[in-house]
Amino acid sequence: MSISAGTFTFVADLVRRCSAIELPAGKEYLVESRLLPLVRQADLAGVDEYVATLRTVPHCAEHDRVVDALTTNETSWFRDFTPFQALTQHVVPTLAAEHPDQRSLRVWSAACSTGQEPYSIAMALLDCAAGRSVQITATDISREVLGRGRAGRYSQVEINRGLPAAMLVRHFARAGTEWELSKAMRSRVTFTQHNLLDPPPAGGPFDIIFLRNVLIYFDLATRREVLGRVRAVLAPRGFLLLGATESTFGIEDTWEHVATGPGCLYRSNTRSSA
Amino acid sequence: MKALVIDDSATMRHIVADILGGLGFESSQAANGREALDLLESGESFELACIDWNMPVMDGLEFVAAVRARRRWRDLTLMMVTTEGEQGQVVRALAAGAHEYVIKPFTPDALASKLVLLGLLRGEQVP
Repeated sequence: MSISAGTFTFVADLVRRCSAIELPAGKEYLVESRLLPLVRQADLAGVDEYVATLRTVPHCAEHDRVVDALTTNETSWFRDFTPFQALTQHVVPTLAAEHPDQRSLRVWSAACSTGQEPYSIAMALLDCAAGRSVQITATDISREVLGRGRAGRYSQVEINRGLPAAMLVRHFARAGTEWELSKAMRSRVTFTQHNLLDPPPAGGPFDIIFLRNVLIYFDLATRREVLGRVRAVLAPRGFLLLGATESTFGIEDTWEHVATGPGCLYRSNTRSSA
Repeated sequence: MKALVIDDSATMRHIVADILGGLGFESSQAANGREALDLLESGESFELACIDWNMPVMDGLEFVAAVRARRRWRDLTLMMVTTEGEQGQVVRALAAGAHEYVIKPFTPDALASKLVLLGLLRGEQVP
């Protein structure tokens, strides 16, 4: 999937005009992945068709949504930080206590974009899940962002965004103007293309699912459908991590909130699982 | 919260102080490590120091080492903000006692994300 040059130019101009943020050539994957949730909500076939409709009308709220999609929720390492504290300080110790004989830990990072989240999970679990084999499945709808994730190479600007310096020197090496993640860390993550409205990806059932800052882009019916699919592939009493402004409340009543301080942590309160 | 911005470039000091101001920090500025130490020794207290590496009189690494040598400044969080971007330099700064490291050029949200890591900002405060 890709977008036309005309679509990219229109969106880049719009974002520049409204936010002063530049989207240089090469960022087509970013425009595509950020606008896909809006395309879905508009029930259109693709980004080109969606943008074509915007070009025919004066600036309105929908144009603002495009700008917001391109300028907010930048992915970063250890984003919000507290979910990763919850992961290492609560989730993994709880699973270890409940399943002392389990030697593996399966994690799904949904809508993983260019890989910062699944790789942050891999780095966070390196010490706290010692003795278990960690398998992380990272999915996104955009093949382009998955390709970048697999490559494990990041610009200086991307590296600055939330990566602890201690992790930088431990897991990355300079590669020209970029930084390359170690092969050991990259080997822990399997990138797979996946639409959240399709059947779950291979690799499950998962002990832990990261589904952060995704539901906010969907309407209620779609949120319910996505959460149902997630629940079906979550191991019994597995953990679900949502974004800071997201909740299962009012969508599905089969989840219990886990109070671990900041962070949106949930467990399925049904024991039936795929 | 109070921050000390240490850089021999007045422009860079203003940029960093502006970003920190947007995140709720009140900043003082120093043009090199020696000026910064003088401010600390005068009794001013800060939660955070953002430190350039290459400066005249006293460079950033010497400043970090000087702060780490004094027990009374042990609560001061030290973050390098520098163009020095080789892996070995990041290692040296961490070994000297810096808590974090930002390589120029950087974006405002990058600085904010590091402050979240350091516990000086909550995740939801990042713009």
